[in-house]
Amino acid sequence: MRIKDILTIIDGTVACGNNRMNDEVETGFASDLMSDVLTLQTNNLVLITGLANVQTIRTAEVADISHIILARNKKASPELLALASENNQVIIECPYSMFKTCGLLYNAGLKAIY
Amino acid sequence: MHFTYLITGGNFTHAGHASSQVKRILKQLNVNPVTIKRIVVALYEAEVNVVAHAYRGNIDVDIEPERVLVLITDEGPGIADIELAMKEGYSTASPKVREMGFGAGMGLSNMKKNSDKLIIQSQVGQGTHVELTTFLTQ
Ligand SMILES: Nc1ncnc2c1ncn2[C@@H]1O[C@H](COP(=O)(O)OP(=O)(O)OP(=O)(O)O)[C@@H](O)[C@H]1O
Ligand SMILES: [Mg+2]
Repeated sequence: MRIKDILTIIDGTVACGNNRMNDEVETGFASDLMSDVLTLQTNNLVLITGLANVQTIRTAEVADISHIILARNKKASPELLALASENNQVIIECPYSMFKTCGLLYNAGLKAIY
Repeated sequence: MHFTYLITGGNFTHAGHASSQVKRILKQLNVNPVTIKRIVVALYEAEVNVVAHAYRGNIDVDIEPERVLVLITDEGPGIADIELAMKEGYSTASPKVREMGFGAGMGLSNMKKNSDKLIIQSQVGQGTHVELTTFLTQ
């Protein structure tokens, strides 16, 4: 699934990483628990989270995750965006709840890890 | 090659900074990406543990052609029962730490999974010492 298709599906807006709209992701993972994210071994996944802080970005960086959706209408802070752009990560802001965001993407064919 | 970093307990703004630097160094050294991820995930869990549970600490990274050795030493409350602390789900994290997305009690077991050798030593009231070894052979 292309990032630009994800934007349409979840009515998302790009807060960072405009240059990567043609990237493809195969799987999605939703969590607010950073240690959960750090146990994953899947590559090329999009992280859906309601936790919009700098730690989310650091955790994603360590876990080799480049694509992050901030659900629950969370907005990226300037510090978050500075770190994400330094890491060349894509940040998408989404107005919907975690449940709806995940449901829409799953319905559109984004795969689950387990 | 040898690198050292300082960690300040309680300061989440910089948590992960050292791990991120080490990741960059390992990339430059052309270590394979799967190994890099294992080393950096284990180090990051240890780094966040110092920020979340201790007062201050330091990280020593020693890179040799056949292995990477990471030592994380902190001054802090220490761990009374290491076996219990290793159990998935066991956590004494504060509400503030949980707000940052940590405190699932997964860190220590995740460090074990992502290293070839894990040694934890701790003295209650003094601090904790963690050694992570990853072999680079193959
Ligand atoms: N450096 C440390 N100093 C003092 N106590 C520690 C330290 N590291 C771990 N602990 C203790 O061991 C427990 C388990 O650590 P672990 O990393 O597995 O989980 P956590 O840090 O609580 O949550 P998570 O790592 O999933 O975010 C901690 O809650 C804490 O009580
Ligand atoms: Mg931890």
